[in-house]
Amino acid sequence: MALAEQKTDLAEARLAAISIPQAGAWLSEARNAAAARLRRMGLPVGRDEYWRYTRPDTLTSVAPVAAAVFDAQDEVPIFAEIETLHIVFVDGVFDAEESDDLTGENLEVARLAEAGQADIHWAQQLFGQLEAAAHTHVDRPLAALNTAIAPDGMLIRVTGPVTKPVHITYRHRDEHSDACLHHVIRLEAGSSLTLLENGPAAARFNKVMEVEIADRAAFHHIRAQGRDHERRAATHIFARLGTESRFKSFTLTANGVMTRNECVIDLQGDNAAAHVAGAALGDGDFHHDDTVFVTHDALNCESRQVFKKVLRNGATGVFQGKILVKEGAQKTDGYQISQSLLLDDDSVFLAKPELEIYADDVACSHGSTTGAIDETALYYLRSRGIPRIEAQDMLVLSFLAEAIDEIEDPDISAEIILRLQGWLARHRH
Amino acid sequence: MLNINNLHVSLEEEDKAILKGVNLEVKAGSVHAIMGPNGSGKSTLSYVLSGRDGYDVTDGTATLNGEDLLGMEPEERAAAGLFLAFQYPVEIPGVGNMTFLRTAVNAQRKTRGEAELSAGEFLKEVRAKAKSLKIDAEMLKRPVNVGFSGGEKKRNEILQMAMLEPQMCILDETDSGLDVDAMKLVAEGVNALRDAGRAFLVITHYQRLLDHIKPDVVHIMADGRIVKSGGPELALEVEQNGYADLLNEVA
Ligand SMILES: Nc1ncnc2c1ncn2[C@@H]1O[C@H](COP(=O)(O)OP(=O)(O)OP(=O)(O)O)[C@@H](O)[C@H]1O
Ligand SMILES: [Mg+2]
Repeated sequence: MALAEQKTDLAEARLAAISIPQAGAWLSEARNAAAARLRRMGLPVGRDEYWRYTRPDTLTSVAPVAAAVFDAQDEVPIFAEIETLHIVFVDGVFDAEESDDLTGENLEVARLAEAGQADIHWAQQLFGQLEAAAHTHVDRPLAALNTAIAPDGMLIRVTGPVTKPVHITYRHRDEHSDACLHHVIRLEAGSSLTLLENGPAAARFNKVMEVEIADRAAFHHIRAQGRDHERRAATHIFARLGTESRFKSFTLTANGVMTRNECVIDLQGDNAAAHVAGAALGDGDFHHDDTVFVTHDALNCESRQVFKKVLRNGATGVFQGKILVKEGAQKTDGYQISQSLLLDDDSVFLAKPELEIYADDVACSHGSTTGAIDETALYYLRSRGIPRIEAQDMLVLSFLAEAIDEIEDPDISAEIILRLQGWLARHRH
Repeated sequence: MLNINNLHVSLEEEDKAILKGVNLEVKAGSVHAIMGPNGSGKSTLSYVLSGRDGYDVTDGTATLNGEDLLGMEPEERAAAGLFLAFQYPVEIPGVGNMTFLRTAVNAQRKTRGEAELSAGEFLKEVRAKAKSLKIDAEMLKRPVNVGFSGGEKKRNEILQMAMLEPQMCILDETDSGLDVDAMKLVAEGVNALRDAGRAFLVITHYQRLLDHIKPDVVHIMADGRIVKSGGPELALEVEQNGYADLLNEVA
């Protein structure tokens, strides 16, 4: 079968298997347009260059692979100590009982499932738009699929500074659940928001988050993808940045047989800054893929990509990261680092860093390394009386530090460090 | 305190003998100095005593207060009271100097069955000791040795020693890289720790450090052995005449 045909068939099969919920005109149109995009692109297959290091089959199949539900009784839920506006989805279904009232100062929060019934809604200017614009250099069909079929998601409009973070928890209760959520976030000029996300969501999770950050607005995003080992996830973040705006996203991934996190950032206003970071910890049949695409299309913008992976017992880490500097995007400061710490000889790290630059006055650097625990440093710590295990943990955290440093709030980074330590304590020989 | 008997050590990887029968006894309350040409095995001796990987002990023993050092893990040796100020202190990005110090102090206390220091107690102590070594608060916050100058690294080693209060202190060329004033500070730091229950083994190439830290015994190491021992005058002899005469004499 020809490649294109095979890909289209996969897409058709997926669309056919789903009954898309009724919605108002704007949402139906957006969904139909996305379905048309998807049909044109087809779903990814292993032979696609962009899927060279990650097998897409379990993410594209009609039915998800079942995933045992995991109950972390040894830890309190992450971010539980932080006062937030809490929103809960269970297997991708909104849980009104568990969620707080969707109101807050400088916030307009609505569910896609409800707002989509209305004739008009602010989100219609954005829903599916950033996703649609993100296929120019490479296809991202799983995101188009999401726009076409996601029954729900949060639409969040921020009109000023929001002090209490919005926190979305994704619970997983059904072994066979296949969740699909699409969030749209718009930060109006000068506003700010911190968004926390955690949880495995489902046996399989496809999530898209479109974020528009207007001039001088700031968006902080910290997520912890659940500890359920068997879950699978394909996520996309699409961010568009205005003048002097800030975007910061950090993801902790501990466990997960299959995770593909894509982040597509478009720096469109001058003097904007986008930082995206990740710390991933994998043991055994763990596959984690960070795929990032940053476009500089304005003056004097800064971007940082910091991805660190700790791998053992045959775990696989993937990084595909690109910085594209468009013509005229002078004074661009682009930085990209992807590193793995292999705790044994069985694990693999595959990295594809790329730079494409069409402006002459730019400073871009990228680096990728694979290494083991530094024996000299380990000996140094032990010679001061620190036991081997503790010394090794210190070195793992030291390896991850540059990524964790991207979290601005010390309470939140303390939560993340606690999880990292917990993982290290549970994953010893 | 420290007893080294006929110690033979080869490199694990190359099967090359480095130490060829070292004998040394350092008693509590004393200061010994080891001098010797480059490559004679001084650092190797300090690494083997503190438990670095990569060496095979092919013969001999080393004990600290009667306990077999060579059978212990590096952290056990530290808890038993051994400390090595490194010739080349190691940089550890991402681990704050303060966190490192506190983890080390408390780990040792825990191993010895003592109560951990509270954050407040620790802070007070570290500030006072850092101040006497002219290590500023900024340096304490930075990652361990990262971006420290050569002299700052050496002072940081002495700060660790001051905090850990070991019984047997080995200083491997702590003076190299130090300016005159820093050398004095470091010597003062060492002298402040001198007492009847503690001993020092100071590896150095220069008489100058020994002006500040007065040794009881000076040893000359050459080709993996201690070839001559004597009083402080031996260091002066090296300073004036180099090793050639001395080595010819023993050969
Ligand atoms: N890991 C190693 N691999 C190869 N050779 C080594 C290793 N460790 C030590 N050596 C060799 O062993 C010998 C002793 O080295 P050592 O560092 O102990 O000397 P030293 O007396 O401390 O010298 P210096 O005064 O220059 O510091 C040298 O010839 C050195 O090259
Ligand atoms: Mg040496």
